[in-house]
Amino acid sequence: MALLVLLLMGLMLTGGAYALFTTSSTAKAEEYSASDIDGGKKLFVSNCATCHGAGAQGTPNGPSLIGVGASAVDFQVGTGRMPLQASGPQAPVKKAQFSDDQIKQLSAYVASLGPGPSIPDSEYLDASKGDAAAGGGLFRTNCAMCHNVVGAGGALTRGKYAPNLQQVSEKHLYEAMQTGPQNMPIFNDANLTPEQKRDVISYVRTVSETPSPGGFKLGALGPVAEGLFVWFFGLAAVIGITVWLTARSK
Amino acid sequence: MSSNQHSGSTAGELEVVNGFENPGLPEHKPRITDVEPAAEKVAERQIAAWFLLSMVGTIWFIVSYFLFPLDGQIGSVRMQNTMLGIGLTVALFSIGIGIILWAKTLITDAEVSEDRHSIPGSEEDQAIAIEIFNQAKNESGIARRPLIRNMLIAAVAIAPLPAILVLRDLGPLPGNKMFETLWGPGVRLCKDTGGVPSVETPIKASDVTIGSAFHVIPEGMNKSEDPLNEKAKAAVLLMRVDPEQLNTKPERESWQVDGIVAYSKICTHVGCPVALYEHQTHHLLCPCHQSTFDVTNHCKVIFGPAKRPLPQLPIKVDSDGYLVAQRDFTEPVGPSFWEVHTRETESR
Repeated sequence: MALLVLLLMGLMLTGGAYALFTTSSTAKAEEYSASDIDGGKKLFVSNCATCHGAGAQGTPNGPSLIGVGASAVDFQVGTGRMPLQASGPQAPVKKAQFSDDQIKQLSAYVASLGPGPSIPDSEYLDASKGDAAAGGGLFRTNCAMCHNVVGAGGALTRGKYAPNLQQVSEKHLYEAMQTGPQNMPIFNDANLTPEQKRDVISYVRTVSETPSPGGFKLGALGPVAEGLFVWFFGLAAVIGITVWLTARSK
Repeated sequence: MSSNQHSGSTAGELEVVNGFENPGLPEHKPRITDVEPAAEKVAERQIAAWFLLSMVGTIWFIVSYFLFPLDGQIGSVRMQNTMLGIGLTVALFSIGIGIILWAKTLITDAEVSEDRHSIPGSEEDQAIAIEIFNQAKNESGIARRPLIRNMLIAAVAIAPLPAILVLRDLGPLPGNKMFETLWGPGVRLCKDTGGVPSVETPIKASDVTIGSAFHVIPEGMNKSEDPLNEKAKAAVLLMRVDPEQLNTKPERESWQVDGIVAYSKICTHVGCPVALYEHQTHHLLCPCHQSTFDVTNHCKVIFGPAKRPLPQLPIKVDSDGYLVAQRDFTEPVGPSFWEVHTRETESR
């Protein structure tokens, strides 16, 4: 018995060190030619029209895409959320199904249907130019209630969730604020100016890249995860030591 | 009071009750270290090894203090703390393990029982106590002098009154504080920047596009006497919903501007900020206890522990196109309290 408990404790104490690395990518503003729009239309009809309708006017299975802009397409297709893999509460992130050129063509086609937000200028995607402190104030007011105070994500109603932001590229962060994918509210340029969006991006980069002084973060999910950890591992250690302490020696 | 050693299955002198016999103490089995000198030697060396490990931990603490200096970066703090912590843990934990092993394997393990003494004192002691009591009664004359006795009782009885009186300093009573916020006729709705920097930008109705959510504070909040307390009552979430999707009560028809609605952000359960807005389902979720409010139905509660709908702020557009409040909330914001329905909040 005491041996078993000792073995369990040994297993528990061999926790590994954990380091977090984040990668980031940069984006450039795009301009579209007529051939882009043509190519995009072909891709759209063969891949998207089943749900969004042949002219992107929407069907009962998918919303109208007229006026959503190139930014929405670049976000949804670029993060792999679209094409949708299955109907459900929320479209999950997966490997992008189209190449960068194809995404550009699709964006060009949808942008040609009606005016909407375009792909953000690279000037507003440079986290180093943003003010992380001001971004922190905006993030805590506008984003943290769903995405967690350091962007670790969180649960919403009925199976929906706010995703983790720490690995999301600057361009996709900007586009998400601009277009409000799925149930996320839209933060237009009157609500958060492009400079303020850059501040928010700068904050997200800063908090995801700063090493944690307290050691293992447990996903930075807050008191529930930490309480659960202490409940299982802390109490198990206390019980284990107590059992060993009072067990008779052979 | 008596202490005796057992080395077999002898039991105390107890009567047999209900046919059960006192099984007594279990048979004493000698440990392997008691009978085999080789095992005893091994145990001794193990314990010594634990104490040696403790010394290694202590030395590691001292070495790592110099080996991992702080260079002002947070990473170096983390590294040094980890290394110092490992050293200290090994040093203290090993001493403890060594001592326990010593007790378990080498120190004698004979069971010893000690009987409880009886609770009452001896008759002699009791008689002395009664005598002392009676002596005090006679010498003080407390039974013979009722005036003094009664005055003493009265004095002691009212002595705690000052302590009750100073509870008044916890006040003043809240008065209308629970019923009023900074909102009033013509107060502009401003964007909340989270306090960094604390500028207040008023919001134009045309800026609030469908699907948008604005986090709102009343204009002038940062210049008020106590901005954070005011914000805790006056924080508002502004959303624009397709007017066709809104079910508006007739008396609230004029409280919105073309589908733009403003609701208190303070949960009616225990006052957390309700701000998880889903712009397709129009659900507002409170992150603390999952109370869910339906924005299309006057923020009525559709899930969770909240009991009242979120209070709605009546808004309109002023002559410059900015959104302004028509008046204060018509009911108290935040958690319910006993007097919540006793007063109509007044329009200032």
